[in-house]
Amino acid sequence: MSTTTEAPDTTTAAKPKLKTSAMIASFADPGQKTTSAPFGHALAKAAQENDRIVGLTADLGKYTDMHIFAKAFPERFFQMGMAEQLLFGAAAGLAETGLVPFASTYSVFAARRAYDFLCLDAAEPNLNVNIVGGLPGLTTGYGPSHQATEDMAIFRGMPNLTIVDPCDSVDIEQAVPQLAASEGPTYLRLLRGNVPTVLDEYDYTFELGKAKVLRGGNDVVFISSGLMTMRALQAAKALAAHNVDVAVVHTPTIKPFDAETVLKEVNTDRLAVTLENHSVVGGLFETVASAAVTAGVGRRVVPVALPDQFLDAGALPTLHDRYGLTVDRIVAKVLAELG
Amino acid sequence: MPVETIQDPAMESHVTQERIGKVSAAAYRIRHHALNMGEVQGQGYVGQALGAADMLATVYGDQLRFRAEDPHWEARDRFLLSTGHYAIGHYAALAEAGIVPVEELETYGSDDSRLPMSGMSTYTPGMEISGGSLGHGLTIAVGMALGLRYQGSNARVFNFLSDGELDEGSTWEAAMGAHHHQLGNLTAMVDINALQADGKTDTVLRTEPVTEKWESFGWYTQRVDGNDVGGLLAAFDNAAAQAAAVGRPSVILCDTKVGRGVPLLEDREKAHFMRIEENEWQTCREQLTAGYEGKASA
Repeated sequence: MSTTTEAPDTTTAAKPKLKTSAMIASFADPGQKTTSAPFGHALAKAAQENDRIVGLTADLGKYTDMHIFAKAFPERFFQMGMAEQLLFGAAAGLAETGLVPFASTYSVFAARRAYDFLCLDAAEPNLNVNIVGGLPGLTTGYGPSHQATEDMAIFRGMPNLTIVDPCDSVDIEQAVPQLAASEGPTYLRLLRGNVPTVLDEYDYTFELGKAKVLRGGNDVVFISSGLMTMRALQAAKALAAHNVDVAVVHTPTIKPFDAETVLKEVNTDRLAVTLENHSVVGGLFETVASAAVTAGVGRRVVPVALPDQFLDAGALPTLHDRYGLTVDRIVAKVLAELG
Repeated sequence: MPVETIQDPAMESHVTQERIGKVSAAAYRIRHHALNMGEVQGQGYVGQALGAADMLATVYGDQLRFRAEDPHWEARDRFLLSTGHYAIGHYAALAEAGIVPVEELETYGSDDSRLPMSGMSTYTPGMEISGGSLGHGLTIAVGMALGLRYQGSNARVFNFLSDGELDEGSTWEAAMGAHHHQLGNLTAMVDINALQADGKTDTVLRTEPVTEKWESFGWYTQRVDGNDVGGLLAAFDNAAAQAAAVGRPSVILCDTKVGRGVPLLEDREKAHFMRIEENEWQTCREQLTAGYEGKASA
């Protein structure tokens, strides 16, 4: 038993500054070009042209950028309270009357808590219900209660559902009107707040159901979705310094999957790597793998994905590094694979 | 169980013998259809259909605005069957309403039929939702009521649910939401037969006091004998008088008897899935008809 009577150290210089977690953490790099609340603004813009669009949320309007729409169209916004079953059942009911609802909450609550309601009330009758899920994959350091690391795995099994995993503000702005115009239910993996603007530098437009080659390369091909396309592009630039020439194929629509474009890129002598902000189980990697096997394409594919486990809480940069989503970790993995 | 009938005396006078007679006749035919469907299938939720027949007959025979030849008519009132396994009774009501041909009822539950065992909107004209996963109907009804109101429609939304669905948390999420959004165009009707899959409701999960629960959630609450057509008409009239684009949602709590109208089944040990022997169906029909004709001539 310690009997020390030393006075506690009151100096602060010796203590390292702790990295802390936050519910809403930005994954933008310092100084990166960003766009504020692209989803909220895109929805408000689409609603100006389509008076059937309405918005709902389950007490997370401010945290899913739905508040922008609510302010622009208060009579078309319905606050459902912290009641996700009601949120999506009511969204289905609104769609039954011919409206086009966008209903937002966090991805964990949409996928885990309200699945039955989305499945039977929206997907089975193939209604135009648009699910908007915040904090997809690892975009919060808050721990497993808020980290939707398996949302795509859950949702991919739902018939009729379209799944979109956007990279940046460009994807989101262009996707929203297309989601409204598409007939059946959709799920958007929302990036909110100050969202990086990346794809404006490429010859690119978002097309629902289409994968796009963002850059060519002779040694490696990255197949990526979501914010990992941003990392894939950065990693491709970094690998150029190692004389590794990397192509990047962005496939923001996970379902229905553009197997034709992706498999054409996978079926070469290049090292094929999938990159996703999702568990290695049931997401982009397995989507590519099943498409390849079905088509008889026998190539090895290396996954960059979150591990099949409940992740730690902590600061987002720490966690992205720990679980291999950072540019440095991607570069190291590719160099190791190339030997 | 004591049954408390809350009626507005001012409305009572509108409940004429003619209306009661019309709805009672429809209820009789709904029960008859349900027995025929049950016999073809050899099984089914006949007990529930018999118990709920008066509720269904009141709605389809007296209250609901619809066009039989155009089930998707935009201005129609919406009837949502949350309790999907009551489809047998609902199909009988749809036949009574002229939306489904009577001769099609015998296909109930068969391969390629438009009348599956559990009600689905994608299969059957006049079936607004796919119920069956219990506790969904009222959440969808909230959205429909919001959507109709937003679009300036004065159509009403009726959601049929069972007392078993009061176990589901989503029912109460919706009850709160309907009150919060002042959905005066929404009416819930609850079949309280005090029975669910594993036994009597008070042994499975106690839901009473049901009346006080709905009242405390801010709903205009009435509780009636769900097998008394006069009482049902009065309650639905009261609810209709309350109905408004912005107002209190309305609930009619209906105490019913499983197997109602067929003494052989009323007296049988109550079960969620009632067993009826092959040689008993004709007896059931005869008892039903004798009871109805006896009452009608009384």
